[in-house]
Amino acid sequence: MQTARVDFGGVIKEINLAYTPEARIGDYVLVHVGFAISVLDADEAGRIFKHLEELGVLEQEA
Amino acid sequence: MTEFSLSCPAPFGEGETVKLAHGGGGRAMARLLETLIRPGFGDAALALQHDGAVFDIDGPVAFTTDSYVVKPLFFPGGDIGTLAINGTVNDLLMCGARPLYLSVGFILEEGLPLATLARVVASMRDAALAAGVKLATGDTKVVDRGKADGLFVNTAGIGHVIAPEPIAPDQVRAGDTVILSGDIGRHGVAVMAAREGFGFESAIASDCAPLTGPVLEMLEAGIAPHCLRDLTRGGLASATVEIAEAAGVAVALDEAAIPVSEAVASACEVLGFDPLHVANEGRFVAFVAPEDAEKTLQILRSHPVSANAALIGEVRAAPAGQVSCRGRLGVARVVDMLSGEQLPRIC
Amino acid sequence: MKFRDEYRDPEAASRLAAAIARTVTRDWTLMEICGGQTHAILRYGIDELLPARVSLIHGPGCPVCVTPVEYIDKAIAIALTPGAVLCSFGDMLRVPGSREDLFAAKAKGGDVRIVYSPLDALAIARTEPARQVVFFAVGFETTAPANAMAAFRAKQEGLKNFSMLVSHVLVPPAMEALLAAPGNRVQGFLAAGHVCTIMGTREYEPIAVHHRVPIVVTGFEPLDILEGVYLCVKQLEEGRAEVENQYSRSVRAEGNVAAQRIMREVFEITPRRWRGIGDIAASGFGLSEAYRDFDAERRFGAVAHDGMENNECIAGLVLRGEKKPPECPAFGTRCTPEHPLGVTMVSSEGACAAYHRYRGARG
Repeated sequence: MQTARVDFGGVIKEINLAYTPEARIGDYVLVHVGFAISVLDADEAGRIFKHLEELGVLEQEA
Repeated sequence: MTEFSLSCPAPFGEGETVKLAHGGGGRAMARLLETLIRPGFGDAALALQHDGAVFDIDGPVAFTTDSYVVKPLFFPGGDIGTLAINGTVNDLLMCGARPLYLSVGFILEEGLPLATLARVVASMRDAALAAGVKLATGDTKVVDRGKADGLFVNTAGIGHVIAPEPIAPDQVRAGDTVILSGDIGRHGVAVMAAREGFGFESAIASDCAPLTGPVLEMLEAGIAPHCLRDLTRGGLASATVEIAEAAGVAVALDEAAIPVSEAVASACEVLGFDPLHVANEGRFVAFVAPEDAEKTLQILRSHPVSANAALIGEVRAAPAGQVSCRGRLGVARVVDMLSGEQLPRIC
Repeated sequence: MKFRDEYRDPEAASRLAAAIARTVTRDWTLMEICGGQTHAILRYGIDELLPARVSLIHGPGCPVCVTPVEYIDKAIAIALTPGAVLCSFGDMLRVPGSREDLFAAKAKGGDVRIVYSPLDALAIARTEPARQVVFFAVGFETTAPANAMAAFRAKQEGLKNFSMLVSHVLVPPAMEALLAAPGNRVQGFLAAGHVCTIMGTREYEPIAVHHRVPIVVTGFEPLDILEGVYLCVKQLEEGRAEVENQYSRSVRAEGNVAAQRIMREVFEITPRRWRGIGDIAASGFGLSEAYRDFDAERRFGAVAHDGMENNECIAGLVLRGEKKPPECPAFGTRCTPEHPLGVTMVSSEGACAAYHRYRGARG
């Protein structure tokens, strides 16, 4: 059973990777009760900020 | 882990443990005192052979006591010994007093390794020397196996009050500034990390330390704080709520101004704790008149133990007894003490 | 911390709040069904940033709160059985059963142990072969894969002293039940991003279509929630009723396939009673036939209980979003975190606890 050391910003816990077999060192994961349940998608993570830019433009126009 | 060294060769064999006889008041106890405890305390203790200590003190005296039952006994940044000295020293400082003498009461569990006791004694010696206090008197008792979780300590302390004005919640006024001496939450997280069952590694060490430097300098500079409170169990939340309720005032805090280290913030997220409720052992809040705020911050920041001091809020007249905190998004929320324990046996 | 702090930026939050205010032309009522979202909303004061026209109500998003009282009683009975060890997530300990809670059972001498993960309970079973170790498996779909793995490993290893008391609940059937209830005011949903990380978004499509409600899968940082609300009201204003994925950095349409595979093997869908709501068909997980041996209910037999609830507690109304906690006459006075009358005040994810913690006794 694959586990990994996951850094929660200075706190390190051993987490089970059974549900994220694609995870690699350096990836960011969502963790719940000791299991990584998804690998965060960096491109998608940026989407909200692009959306905010669009909204900011709309705000200026309004 | 504190490096342990006695000032004389180890007076006990490897694997030797505390026996009931060590608390019996007879030869076994005398031997424990003469070969382990007294030499262990060394220069930090008065060389008395009597039931109590007698002093002359000019002026008002501050007096405090606290018992220490922390589990585990040793944790990153300290142990039950350092807590026992610094906790009582800090309580005296919060009364506006220069700490002078401490008493030490040990309750030892039968079966406690003597090496462990020696380590704690050495820590207490080092802490007392660093805080500038002397151990004046003490007591040792032993209880049956299973009745004390290794070791419990009580310390009581007396100090000479040097504050220019009374220090108490009823001195707090609307308009006072709230100054916090440093970042919060280290002690609680460090103890949790050292407990089995939490299963996490962290580099966080307890902030256990004496606050002598900054507090005495503040008082000697003529600053008259209206109230001082060291943050222990219950964290910043408990300290401010207790003062707000006792003083009948409101306290408004600003979350962005409250220093929390990245590591502590992350640990709290993982464990589901609010840093405002996490224990500290080397931090205090000062309620000072606004005209004294600048100077107080300057003095605090010049000492390592309070280098991150910050102005975190202000006192208002109403609503009485309520502490609120303006969050990151600009919305205020109520801060209350925790109902039960966030974590037992933290100090 | 990356992927966390940037979603708490105050300037971005006010920009989203302004966008929401610009978008709404009439009143809308949205519901979130996630204890984590409830807490984030109250902790950051997101409800206060929203324009008055947008009502955000809290649904039954706290799995601890909806665990039927019978299961608390069963857990207590197991804890008090000599030779048994009851392992549980921490916040189940103060949930009131008919007469007492697990904390009281522990004080009476019951072997109750808090675990962070179901695998910790498994570890206890391995190191204490003479004890019967039972894991109290509650939660939504987010927790189901972890609980399933514990049973899966137990079977693989042929462990004889491990079993699970299962009371899992599923979100989509609860949504349907709420939408079908007479007097339902909910016009749009924020779906729980962590539940959807596991299950994907597809099972929400029939609900959106059938009931004509927008469903936005949302994360639980402040910017996520604000963006989720924005997308939901935008759909309502434009007359759309679609499933939209705000939490795309974690949620994929198909969800977590590896997790679903283990869940399908270990669990089957069962009817479930939701505390405060009632019985909802096909709304829970129980152990499948192949794993029935690991069912603690079988191993420990029937437990007598009267399933009585405190008369004054309106947890049911709070869970269904019909009342907000400060509207309860007992809130902050007779019912506080120190003396809770019901589950929503006890659980760390409960709405009443959240209001009390962040808004005080006056709410």
